[in-house]
Amino acid sequence: MTGELRELYQELIFDHYKRPRNCHALVGANHRAEGHNPLCGDRITVYLKVEDGIIRDVAFEGDGCAIATASASLMTEALKGKPVDEVAHLFEEFRGMVTEADTAAHPELGKLEVLAGVREFPARVKCATLAWHTLNAALKQQGKPVSTE
Amino acid sequence: MKIEREIFARPAAAFDVARRRADFPILRERVHGKPLVYLDNAATTQKPRAVIDAEARYYACDNANVHRGVHALSQTATDSYEAARSKVRRFINARAVEEIVFVRGTTEAINLVAQSYARPLLAPGDEILLSAMEHHSNIVPWQLACGQTGGSLKVIPISDAGELDMEAFAALLGPRTRLVAVTQLSNALGTITPIERIIAAAHARGVPVLVDGAQAVSHLAVDVSALDCDFYAFSGHKIFGPTGIGVLYGKAALLDAMPPYQGGGDMIRSVTFEKTEYNDLPYKFEAGTPNIAGAIGLGAALDYVSSVGMEAIAAHERDLLAYATAEASRIPGLRIVGTAKDKASILSFVLQGVHAHDVGTILDQQGVAIRAGHHCAMPVMQRFGIAGTARASFALYNTRDEVDALIAGIDQARRMFL
Repeated sequence: MTGELRELYQELIFDHYKRPRNCHALVGANHRAEGHNPLCGDRITVYLKVEDGIIRDVAFEGDGCAIATASASLMTEALKGKPVDEVAHLFEEFRGMVTEADTAAHPELGKLEVLAGVREFPARVKCATLAWHTLNAALKQQGKPVSTE
Repeated sequence: MKIEREIFARPAAAFDVARRRADFPILRERVHGKPLVYLDNAATTQKPRAVIDAEARYYACDNANVHRGVHALSQTATDSYEAARSKVRRFINARAVEEIVFVRGTTEAINLVAQSYARPLLAPGDEILLSAMEHHSNIVPWQLACGQTGGSLKVIPISDAGELDMEAFAALLGPRTRLVAVTQLSNALGTITPIERIIAAAHARGVPVLVDGAQAVSHLAVDVSALDCDFYAFSGHKIFGPTGIGVLYGKAALLDAMPPYQGGGDMIRSVTFEKTEYNDLPYKFEAGTPNIAGAIGLGAALDYVSSVGMEAIAAHERDLLAYATAEASRIPGLRIVGTAKDKASILSFVLQGVHAHDVGTILDQQGVAIRAGHHCAMPVMQRFGIAGTARASFALYNTRDEVDALIAGIDQARRMFL
């Protein structure tokens, strides 16, 4: 296996791909959106339960590749209990990590840092960010499905 | 004697693949430090030196606009452009060069027929008959025409193996069917469709047939006169030619009766603000300055394929597909999608527990280029209840060693995800 591949497919990614956390429909959700990556046909639904500006619960459903699924799973773990107004900043940090050549550490991303290897695979950035785009749409309660295109 | 027996036992051995590979400069490239193993030929094929040189020579020596200048270069450019049309006519055995319309590709060819043939003809309740294994480019243009006219689409179902249900086809071919539009070779499944039977059945009811030849043209010998199809569409870039050039073949009587698709220069005989007289076939359908270099490159590509010989190419690819199918079938958890009896050049598969996208990335790191996804045939994926497949597609320059690299890469992906 090449070094880049090992960076991309870390144990934690396999773990979240094979046993995704919070992967179910969410009873009592008050935000919800569907996301779609037309390149590969992957679809995801993100559910949120927001109270007093706090994400009380978050879950997702969908069928995607290892990167998309692990990213969604890790995202739900990272978001639970977070104030909604921190989400935009977190997404910006995450997007910066997976797209920019800058390899600086991103301590505030916590476990999400395991996806840093995606930056060596530009074709897979959309897989890693699909859940986040869908999350944004859910928070804005946009009526139509979001797409990575 | 032994050597002779081997040659007879394996006809593909007579095909000199090393010599053919030397014709394609890109095959010497390395990807991620590994030799390029290009198995994405259903998306686009690589270009032989002859095609690259033909385009370069045109721009370096002959570049001028066609059909208008009195100067020498314009005449040379016109001659080369029209010579390319003659090569296309010969290659698909059309009766006349007037029946060969240069377009941007298969997509534009089908849109042309949808807008200039189907749209004026369709009345509310009329039907266009397609198959469940069509590429989006042989679905959406008809949807547009139906939306404009009140017509509707009918779909020939396919079996679990990916074969057309010919009984259902016979039943769907009805009094309101105005056109049948089917692929000759499915880009997602590799199925070769029984196009002769489809054409015969449609013609028995007076229904014309458009054949989407985008995949077939570089793998099967195409004879539009023998097929008796009414329209045949293909792209240059899928038969070793340039992108941005393609062909619509249409029977002269049909093309003649159709209104132009686009208006502009070259497609007119005379223009006043009151009335325009259209040019003769095929120029009526070639508005504006055409892709001259592309047409010349396509001509060179067809010369190349003819010089290698379609029979030899088909035999070599049959051997590759049979070998790849047998080897892939031994990988635990691998399921081939598209197992029709009559197949060519395409191995589409899913790997249990590994998404096609991940298979694609892992293979890419080994220098092996395949396609992962829905292959612009989302209804096919829906039919099989999957989001997408990984697809290896072969061309005349691929080898058994490259199949081995593919199989090793797939097995690596499987083991990584265990």
